[in-house]
Amino acid sequence: MSAIDTTPRRSFLSGFGKITLSTTAIALLAGQEHLALVGSASAQTASNDAAILNSALGAEQQAIAAYQLGAESGLLQKPVLELAVQFQGHHKQHADALAKAVQKLGGKPVTPLKDYSFAKEKLKSQKDVLAFAASLEKGAVSAYLGAVPILADRDLARAAASILGDEAMHWAVLRQALGQNPVPDAFVS
Amino acid sequence: MALAATLLAGLPVWAAEGDPGRGEEIYQRCVACHTLAHNRVGPRHCGLFGRKAGTVPNYQYSPAMKKYGVTWNDETLDRFLENPLKTVPGTKMGYAGVKDPQERADLIAYLKRATANPEICK
Repeated sequence: MSAIDTTPRRSFLSGFGKITLSTTAIALLAGQEHLALVGSASAQTASNDAAILNSALGAEQQAIAAYQLGAESGLLQKPVLELAVQFQGHHKQHADALAKAVQKLGGKPVTPLKDYSFAKEKLKSQKDVLAFAASLEKGAVSAYLGAVPILADRDLARAAASILGDEAMHWAVLRQALGQNPVPDAFVS
Repeated sequence: MALAATLLAGLPVWAAEGDPGRGEEIYQRCVACHTLAHNRVGPRHCGLFGRKAGTVPNYQYSPAMKKYGVTWNDETLDRFLENPLKTVPGTKMGYAGVKDPQERADLIAYLKRATANPEICK
């Protein structure tokens, strides 16, 4: 990880004063993966966290493939297409970060499926594509909501929560584009 | 009334009657990883009831799930869905679980209905 990446994050963290990073998180953030399994986090804990992040990585890879399908469908108007490509870019960034974290935790990142068997025949309009993307984004929000509390490393949990926030924004924007209430509830589940 | 309440309180949690309509809404939490008809991040759900855990063809299970050995039914699903990682340590399902017993009953009721639909599960 470059100094450009780490310095602002460390500043952000130190600004709170009371946050203590685990040995694993410090090693990961510093790019010293050989130290990541030493200290308070056991190898089993790291393995569990890697498995949880791998589940999230698989979901991100699916989202990337879904947006690719939507982008190539020819059904999206230009501004919507640009938005879809932007959201796909976010998912690519999530996937890249998750894959690196899994590796640094000693795991093997999952690879994208060759075929997701998406129901292409049901995508006949821009609205269909938006609804399809919205369903996956909602599912992703739920998946991260289910991952955050069980990640042993609290800094990894915070990173996952950061991704959750981004996916919730995608979901809201897609709902708005579909003419639905963008934020239907006070809580997500 | 008091006797009825006492008797009801003694029922196993998984005996709660599920609402498949509500369960369909809850299933939307699962779609980042699962579909009924196809393997994705998680295995397909068609054929779930009565199937031995870890046996969907062409899905790469964790060693832990392959060894789990249970057959999926209302009770085994309820236990797994409540806390997947505690029930099957090492499972690939990195998810905290569905903590509300009624939500689990609803979800199971939906899965039972949906996986019996020949239009979905051919």
